[in-house]
Amino acid sequence: MAVRLFSEAFDPWSVVREREQELPMEKLGAASVFVGRMRDFNDAQEIHGMFLEHYPGMTERELERIVAEAESRWPSITCEVAHRVGSIDPADTLVLVAVWSAHRVAARDACAEILERLKHEAPFWKRERLSDGSERWVEKNTPGH
Amino acid sequence: MTINVQYFARLREDLGRDSDQVAATEGIGTVADLWRHLHREAPPPRLMVAVNQSHARLDSAIADGDEVAFFPPVTGG
Repeated sequence: MAVRLFSEAFDPWSVVREREQELPMEKLGAASVFVGRMRDFNDAQEIHGMFLEHYPGMTERELERIVAEAESRWPSITCEVAHRVGSIDPADTLVLVAVWSAHRVAARDACAEILERLKHEAPFWKRERLSDGSERWVEKNTPGH
Repeated sequence: MTINVQYFARLREDLGRDSDQVAATEGIGTVADLWRHLHREAPPPRLMVAVNQSHARLDSAIADGDEVAFFPPVTGG
């Protein structure tokens, strides 16, 4: 399966290894992997935890659409996308985008494109918990950071 | 038949509910019409919308039985 949501902590490298066991690795000369983790700081404040809300149903559809559109733009690629939802602790993996291809450029470009589109199109919302116990919604993702 | 409306994240909290149900009537032809019908004001800036779980726009047409979602800018990844 190319798209997965995890409601508990997951190991992105296990997801990559499991997927590679199903792939014809002798044909895939390049793999580009992005792992995004939760920071314990944002906007100069300490963040103690986070809740990731999502839109069940649409989230999976959007991720599948983003992957399908990347596969039609770069026909040689194979993708695995995983995302956390629910309550999250600092250092937990939030997102995994792994792209395999015969050559490096397609793998690298498709990985970057899928990640940027996910951040601006997939229906997830971060709510941060600060050190004083208060909570705040993250208003927007910073383009290109 | 009805139109099922869902709200997410900060918008859900600001409105104090996660959904509305609206009887489909002739006056509601687009997503913007639906918002004005429900909230008696123009849609706020930066509002995002989905119809039947696909991204849509304020001028997108809606029909009986549609699932319409309103939400703030997404912040995943």
